[in-house]
Amino acid sequence: MAQKPVQFTLNGEDKAAFASDGQNLLDMLRRGVGDLSPKYGCGQGACGACTVLIDGEPCLSCLTLAETVDGKDVATTSGLSSGSGIHPLQDAFMRNFAAQCGYCTPGMLMAAKALLDRNPQPSRDDVVEAISGNLCRCTGYEPIINAVLEASRSGASQPNG
Amino acid sequence: MPVRVETFSQVEEAARALSSNQKARIYGGGTILMRSVNEGDQSFDTLFRLTDPTLKDIRSEGDRVLIGAAVTMAEIIRHRDLSFLADAARAVGGPAIRTTATIAGNLLAPPPYGDLATALVALGAEVRFAGQGSANVPIDEFMRDRESRKGSVVTAVSVPRLADPTALRFLKVTRVKPKGVALMSIAALLPRAGGRIDGFRIAYGNMGPTPLRVAAVERALEGSSLDEAGITRAAAVATEGLDPPTDALASAWYRREVAPVHLRRLLLGQTG
Ligand SMILES: Cc1cc2nc3c(=O)[nH]c(=O)nc-3n(C[C@H](O)[C@H](O)[C@H](O)COP(=O)(O)OP(=O)(O)OC[C@H]3O[C@@H](n4cnc5c(N)ncnc54)[C@H](O)[C@@H]3O)c2cc1C
Ligand code: FES
Ligand code: FES
Repeated sequence: MAQKPVQFTLNGEDKAAFASDGQNLLDMLRRGVGDLSPKYGCGQGACGACTVLIDGEPCLSCLTLAETVDGKDVATTSGLSSGSGIHPLQDAFMRNFAAQCGYCTPGMLMAAKALLDRNPQPSRDDVVEAISGNLCRCTGYEPIINAVLEASRSGASQPNG
Repeated sequence: MPVRVETFSQVEEAARALSSNQKARIYGGGTILMRSVNEGDQSFDTLFRLTDPTLKDIRSEGDRVLIGAAVTMAEIIRHRDLSFLADAARAVGGPAIRTTATIAGNLLAPPPYGDLATALVALGAEVRFAGQGSANVPIDEFMRDRESRKGSVVTAVSVPRLADPTALRFLKVTRVKPKGVALMSIAALLPRAGGRIDGFRIAYGNMGPTPLRVAAVERALEGSSLDEAGITRAAAVATEGLDPPTDALASAWYRREVAPVHLRRLLLGQTG
């Protein structure tokens, strides 16, 4: 089986891995470089649990051929907290009970981050649209929407803020 | 068995390789193909990745705009010359699909997909292939024999630049809020000339094997000014000559029942 070298940055850190033929990015992140924050829910693009940012844009890592991120910048939930501090989005999720089982949370956080990076003051409809590709079987979505809106008011879009 | 991935920096080379390899597929954004890869589909064993930067171009060509095959839904939505396509591009999946899904992939997507393609049919787009220079195939013709074109590489889609972006209307009917696949989608090109509308083009998605034009509705509307009488005539023949599918979302019977209602709403401009 052919192995292709892939060099990319993961949450700002240089990484090198080998992508096997047809391997998706989710698998390379989890098994190749040990970042277990993006989750495998369906492998079909339907659940959004595997959402990561590639060059700042939200993408489904299960539907992305791993070798296509060569030279790119990948961001996952692992990179949200800095030191012992958590990201305002994570904080807002906690305060709003936006995570129950938590399986959808990493994908929700990255979808929300993609929104706030581009649109720091979103409307409620903007938030619904931004997480429309992410399924949650626990919360009924309201707490998640409220958390994202609260984070936007507290300035979650500031770099590292 | 895993798939092999070959990368081509020249589209023409990929086209040559594809013509002699039945088990290879062109990798666009991969939102359809990677699902097959993930579930171990054995009907293909090779993916051709195209890195030719011209496939990402969006540029003017006379009174038309040429959109490269690898341009994504998100790029269409952001581009100021393509505002008339934004509604249809926004109807495709969620945000993380739209950053990846390409225009060529949408043209070739099997039902229930093809929302943007439906708008492209109504617009009178033309499709350009590798190895054929700047010769364009009208989209109606492309859709008629889409299956037989599986061995060709799409390089670009050419669309007329609409002077009035509101001349193209798009409606996607779904049962899942806020997002779901189309029960049907409808696109209508309504170019105004004087008080009349001249050259109606109406297209449906997921009402047949590919997005298609609805000739009976176009005939019923021709020469009308989108008045009540014209719209009623059009709704009466909304599914004439069509053989809509039965799928997980709805039966063919249901599609026939609701198509006139949705067509009417679109033509009356009640789609908000
Ligand atoms: C969760 C989810 C939701 C979706 N929702 C929608 C929706 O609402 N509406 C909708 O229309 N679609 C939807 N889709 C389907 C799909 O995302 C889109 O149709 C998309 O535009 C396909 O483009 P792609 O580039 O990802 O295709 P790919 O998977 O890369 O390719 C699809 C087909 O096109 C061929 N192809 C791609 N590029 C070329 C080329 N240049 N030349 C020749 N052949 C080519 C491939 O070989 C393949 O057969 C959804 C998909 C998922 C996973
Ligand atoms: S695992 Fe990628 S969308 Fe479900
Ligand atoms: S918290 Fe359980 S799926 Fe969302």
